[in-house]
Amino acid sequence: MKKFQDWQGTIIVWALLLTMPFWIGHIGGYTTLGTRVVVLAVAAMSVNFLLGFTGVLSFGHAAYFGLGAYGAGLTIKYLAASSMAGLVAGVLLGTVGAMLIGLMIVRLRGVYFAMVTIAFGQIFYFVSFRWVNLTGGDDGLTGWTRMPLSLGPLSLDILHDETAFYYFVLACFGAAAAGMALLLRSPFGRTLLAIRENERRARFLGIPVDQHIWMSFVISAAFASLAGVVYAYLNNFVDPRAFRWDQSGDFVIMAVLGGMRSFWGPLIGAAIFVVLQDKLSSLTDYWMTPLGLFFVLAVVFFPRGVLGMLKRRRAT
Amino acid sequence: MSLLEARGVSRHFGSLVAVDDVSLSVESGELRAVIGPNGAGKTTFFNLLSGFFPPTAGKILFDGRDITALSAHQRVALGIARTFQITEIFPELTVMENLLIPVETAAGLRTTPWLTKARRAETEARVQDLLQMSGLTPKAERLAGELSHGDQRAIEIMMALALKPRLLLLDEPTAGMGDQETHDVVRLIRDLHKKERLSIVLIEHDMRVVFHLADRILVLAEGAMLAEGTPKEIAANEKVQAAYLGGVE
Repeated sequence: MKKFQDWQGTIIVWALLLTMPFWIGHIGGYTTLGTRVVVLAVAAMSVNFLLGFTGVLSFGHAAYFGLGAYGAGLTIKYLAASSMAGLVAGVLLGTVGAMLIGLMIVRLRGVYFAMVTIAFGQIFYFVSFRWVNLTGGDDGLTGWTRMPLSLGPLSLDILHDETAFYYFVLACFGAAAAGMALLLRSPFGRTLLAIRENERRARFLGIPVDQHIWMSFVISAAFASLAGVVYAYLNNFVDPRAFRWDQSGDFVIMAVLGGMRSFWGPLIGAAIFVVLQDKLSSLTDYWMTPLGLFFVLAVVFFPRGVLGMLKRRRAT
Repeated sequence: MSLLEARGVSRHFGSLVAVDDVSLSVESGELRAVIGPNGAGKTTFFNLLSGFFPPTAGKILFDGRDITALSAHQRVALGIARTFQITEIFPELTVMENLLIPVETAAGLRTTPWLTKARRAETEARVQDLLQMSGLTPKAERLAGELSHGDQRAIEIMMALALKPRLLLLDEPTAGMGDQETHDVVRLIRDLHKKERLSIVLIEHDMRVVFHLADRILVLAEGAMLAEGTPKEIAANEKVQAAYLGGVE
């Protein structure tokens, strides 16, 4: 029975995600809203790989999210009109960026680390804002769209078919979730938990802590840039706000809201965030205010996040 | 050749001299105790040996190799493991995971993203051995942070042993323990020393423990070496009695 309980959450999550296009209309949503949840869930889970499972807070993951988004958009616009090419290029750009930036910041800890990650995100924001010839500046990168997928005789029109695009995004999400879950159950994943739990002990067990934080940072940023790629595909558009600090902040909020010690927590957080944003912004231009209030209340009353609270209730 | 040798090691914090020109040579298979009044620099000396921070002056050799400039994790890789006076474990992980992490690190698996079944069986068997040795088997699935102080101290020592060290540095292993728990830990240390021939350096406050276990004793006072010798010599040493033992007896 224990085995089943371990997998229970995962089975429920996948059952809901796989059937989403069939039920979301009945509860007042629409497919693209579900797609948006899944896209941002990838980003929130990537932040949580570092925050919840390595104990390191990055407040600048929008840097890699944005690199993924621009990498994909620019590739399709100028280099190769293929969604897969854009995906590979975007993830590569974000990952290489994180490798280099990671080398510079990996010795920092706590709030210093968080501050410097914000700073790097803002650098990318201003570059994309100013480099109008390449990025379109404040108007964003336009004049391109995601392209239909074709694999030999099979083709999938993810451009015009919203449901097909949802499943494409879900496949990306599945790959990211499986990759992270696999790593977290491995010896490497356990060294990250060791660093989260007690850095001093980890170091005196022979773990080179800086090196492992760097690896975790790069892996996490790779998934963040994947999220950026599908975010750009979702909108058929990228603008500098993808890089900005408040975008990074949204990811952290989603992770904390859902529960940063739980694997699926950030997905729940992303769902709550996106749905609330969608409902509130249709009611008022000042949707940030009630959303912020909700976040404060959630953190005060459920410090372990929504999923953490549910787990605790069942345990007692 | 000595297994561990410290040559004239000093550590200054600003104008404070925490460790002042201390030398120590530990033979393979020896159990050496370091004693001294509070603030004598015992733990600072341990921090120098284990690579927590580098010495201001002096040299540290392990197995003939100069390790003065090596970082903590590099020293662990050479076979030096330590415990802490204030328990340093992984509170929100299970006892099993607390031991599995050092077992995997010692097996060179720390960056491995994937384990074969055979490899997993090996590491799990080793964890079971350690659980058995410490009597923690019934608590293997409990979170380490929920256990009693005595059990946490046992985890602390077992984590260091899980690394299969050649030299074990124990910083007050019986700190805050009751009589029965102290007895168990002393028996464990004696077994490691006598049966497994493990080389151990031990900081300890409990004089019964020290005189019972140690082959030789180093006495520190105000950062400097006060005396060095067998338990009998130390017990008879007038300077030591004046500085330290006199106050206790």
